[in-house]
Amino acid sequence: MTPPSAEAATLGAAPALERRPPSFALGPLGWLRANLFSSWLSTAVTLVLFYLLVSWTLSFLSWAVVNAIWDVPGTGQRVDTSACRAARGEGACWALIGEKYRFILFGLYPFDEQWRPALAIVIFIALYVVSAMRRFWRKELALIWFAALTVIGVLMWGGVFGLPYVEQERWGGLVITLILATFGIALAFPLSILVALGRRQTSMPAVKALCVVYIELIRGVPLISLLFMASVMFPLFLPEGMNIDKLLRAQIAIILFAAAYLAEVVRGGLQAIPKGQYEAADALGLTYWQKTGLIVLPQALKISIPPLVNTFIGMFKDTSLVLIIGIYDLLNTAKTSIIEPAWQGFGVEAYLFVAAIYFVFCFAMSKYSQDLERELDKGRRR
Amino acid sequence: MPMQTPTTSDPRYLRAPPRRGIALSWRDPTVRAVFWQVVILGLVGAGIWWLVDNTMRNLEVRKIATGFGFLEREAGLPIGESLIPYSPADTYLRALTVGVLNTLRVAIIGAVLATILGTVIGIARLSRNWLVAKCAAVYVEVLRDLPLLLQLLFWYALLQGLPGPRQALNPFGSVYLSNRGIKFPWIEWQEAHTAALIALLVGAVATWGLSRLFTARQMATGVRPRLWPWAIMLLIGLPVGVWWAMGAPFTVDRPVLRGFNFRGGGTITPEFAALLFGLVLYTAAFIAEIVRAGILAVHQGQWEAAAALGLSRGQQLRLVILPQALRVIIPPMTSQYLNITKNSSLAVAIGYQDIVSIANTTINQTGQAIEGIAIIMMVYLTISLSISLFMNWYNARIALKER
Amino acid sequence: MAEVVELGKVQVRSAVQPDAKPMIELRKVNKWFGALHVLRDVSLTVRERERVVVCGPSGSGKSTMIRCINRLETHQEGQIIVDGIELTDDLRNIDAIRREVGMVFQSFNLFPHLTILENCTLAPIWVRKMPRKEAEELAMEFLTRVRIPEQAKKYPGQLSGGQQQRVAIARALCMRPKIMLFDEPTSALDPEMIKEVLDVMVELAESGMTMVVVTHEMGFARTVADRVVFMDRGEVVEVGPPNEFFGNPRSERLRTFLSQILGH
Repeated sequence: MTPPSAEAATLGAAPALERRPPSFALGPLGWLRANLFSSWLSTAVTLVLFYLLVSWTLSFLSWAVVNAIWDVPGTGQRVDTSACRAARGEGACWALIGEKYRFILFGLYPFDEQWRPALAIVIFIALYVVSAMRRFWRKELALIWFAALTVIGVLMWGGVFGLPYVEQERWGGLVITLILATFGIALAFPLSILVALGRRQTSMPAVKALCVVYIELIRGVPLISLLFMASVMFPLFLPEGMNIDKLLRAQIAIILFAAAYLAEVVRGGLQAIPKGQYEAADALGLTYWQKTGLIVLPQALKISIPPLVNTFIGMFKDTSLVLIIGIYDLLNTAKTSIIEPAWQGFGVEAYLFVAAIYFVFCFAMSKYSQDLERELDKGRRR
Repeated sequence: MPMQTPTTSDPRYLRAPPRRGIALSWRDPTVRAVFWQVVILGLVGAGIWWLVDNTMRNLEVRKIATGFGFLEREAGLPIGESLIPYSPADTYLRALTVGVLNTLRVAIIGAVLATILGTVIGIARLSRNWLVAKCAAVYVEVLRDLPLLLQLLFWYALLQGLPGPRQALNPFGSVYLSNRGIKFPWIEWQEAHTAALIALLVGAVATWGLSRLFTARQMATGVRPRLWPWAIMLLIGLPVGVWWAMGAPFTVDRPVLRGFNFRGGGTITPEFAALLFGLVLYTAAFIAEIVRAGILAVHQGQWEAAAALGLSRGQQLRLVILPQALRVIIPPMTSQYLNITKNSSLAVAIGYQDIVSIANTTINQTGQAIEGIAIIMMVYLTISLSISLFMNWYNARIALKER
Repeated sequence: MAEVVELGKVQVRSAVQPDAKPMIELRKVNKWFGALHVLRDVSLTVRERERVVVCGPSGSGKSTMIRCINRLETHQEGQIIVDGIELTDDLRNIDAIRREVGMVFQSFNLFPHLTILENCTLAPIWVRKMPRKEAEELAMEFLTRVRIPEQAKKYPGQLSGGQQQRVAIARALCMRPKIMLFDEPTSALDPEMIKEVLDVMVELAESGMTMVVVTHEMGFARTVADRVVFMDRGEVVEVGPPNEFFGNPRSERLRTFLSQILGH
């Protein structure tokens, strides 16, 4: 069989040299060609999108920076916002934030004592950072949480160590959001573990049914209905003379709500544990609680950390619902800051300000959870 | 044992399993299980009893009525938008029904729109065009990381910030944007229009039937008759024909400024617009991630195998990729539909009168908090359960095709 | 690959006519993944009814080359002409070629949501516009040829790897292709299943199908190949009939490769 000529030419000659691809396929130009202008359709979409992005960015910048009003004369009741009103639609009124940021962040907390909620916020953030680091994932972490939350409680209430007492009605702003979310998760977590374990008790059908009913009932109704229940029904539940304040009632509702969702996350982790682990624990002669506490839970919880973080992000956002029952969280202080006639109509500015705060928190947590998921996945595949 | 028919002569196989002795020993796991269940149920029961007892006593002391008798009383509460005729003179029951319908209205429209938008964004995230993929990713990340309630208040503030009716924005035609909502021209509704709408529905069903018939024909002969001429006739020709036959009434009702507000035309209230907009944009971000994950879950080799067989890009998607992706997509999609329904309860914060908002007013007027909250919960539990059942049924139908 | 499957000592007789027309022509094909030069001036002609086995170390570009033939990968320089049609960006050409070229993948790529029978009838029904009954008869005929007609109602997940790969071959054959491409069809299989797949491929070769097979199965190459191609680092290093190829390798690279792959 005679090989065709083209092959003969190749085969006889020296080996084909490694070459760089044609210039258009490499470098920034090649990247542009491959990723933005690979076809006529792609080119058209790129151009339209680019035009829209640029025009939006420019008009946003002209509103938010170029034509914005950064300062207005006067403060408090005698503030003169006519400059802002004149610029409405053309420029943002950031003077609102300059005037009201202390209120938005700290609510009605006594002005001179506002370093206390500020410090509490710092402690909260430090707590999150510490909890995020894998080398702190030990039993001692629970102690750190306990200590941090106690310190925050002391700081906020005061009445000891020379700190003047501040009643709960005056708390407000970012610290309320952080308290509701953090205490919510800290107390819902143990409850959720019990409920998740209860849901897997095939030998105790009554307990299992109880847990299923609890989880499905809570997950079937909106959080707002639980908050309504907390605000109008809880007072009826308690014997006369016994009263708990509104924030605590909302906190209880959030804990009950979060526990049902967390229980499903924990259950997912429990289900992912191979059956062999249970059998091995049984073979060692461990009791139920030893088996659960020493073998099953540590593994299940580790798997569930990324979805736990996602649930926490959801909780963090959902705490904003307490606005509806009149608790002054971050969103409510923003909404209230524009209630004075002078500031009415500048809601967009106020909401953008708190949106930035929410975004920083949630984005950091969501990035963390994504990275962690990738890392844990790698660990498991190895 | 008389019950057993001896199947073998080996006496060892004739033995029944030993019956468990009923020894009341603490070492018996069954006894322990019963004991703990009695303890736990007892504690929970006692707790509930304590709460109920307190509540009864409190209700008595505060002279609050109980029972659902108030449902028959006149509500006297005004409702801005309603799908059924309603006046404040109607009963609470009717007011609450209006609320349920308003909830369903925003949830259903929201679910449909969010599915469309979310699918587009999810596919855009997988685009080979870097700019498109990046824009979609930024959309998802930003919208997911902001509280829904904040977004609703933001859109509502934006709509409220529009000028009043006298200086209303007029983007095109007789469409007006003002702080009273969106006004647009609408035809004066007559019987012919209802008939045309019914004809459209009939046409849609007929088109679907024809498409099945044509698929059957294709299976039999290999040739698929063209569907689109029929589809055009049934979906456009039939409704227009019916409308024509009934005298072709067509009067446009344009919104006109009278005094301080518009008269005539159709209206979308700022409350409904802000709620729908916020719900759709927020939920679409989550749906986009579900769609993306579903498509990524289908192995690249499936596209290649389908392509190597000579299927067109559309056929690859329709016959090979989508049936597989849907099975991954549907379960999480169910929970998104449940979420959009539950999240529509945030309507109360911007004054759209859904079930929560109306029940809340009812509670304030009658003082019957327990009944009001029970109604809210029953409504949502019913909706949640219905969606779950429907989606489970649909999922089972899809899964059945495989096994 | 230390395992060499013994496929009988007799070589399958060449079916190539002396004046057979070229079915696949690659002329100086170059391809890059980013800056990585994966195909370097690859030229190869496969004539009607010819059976070409391509081998080479992993990463030598053999899979990329075979995937270029039905445009699962695009080449950047040079020409590829299949059955007289040049592969360009023109979608109609690509569709036309894919109808005539069957492909079998390393990882089977059966459609998990369809039965074995539906896997085989999907393309005949939708691409060849064949009535379902006819398509099913055709599918059963080929399933019988690959010796699994009794599995027709099952789903791919219920079959062993070897069975799945035989279904994949039947699925490709149902389009009555003029050319069959095999991309490492036995690499993902357990040793005991390799033979059942290779047997089917040998039968196919005996029937006179034009075949390009990327494989490490040197026994298969010896038995059925008209020519064996050795690729290394993106280039065609050596081409020759099997006895010459194995008996008298000319290049140092091929000698090294053969000593590694045949082991011992």
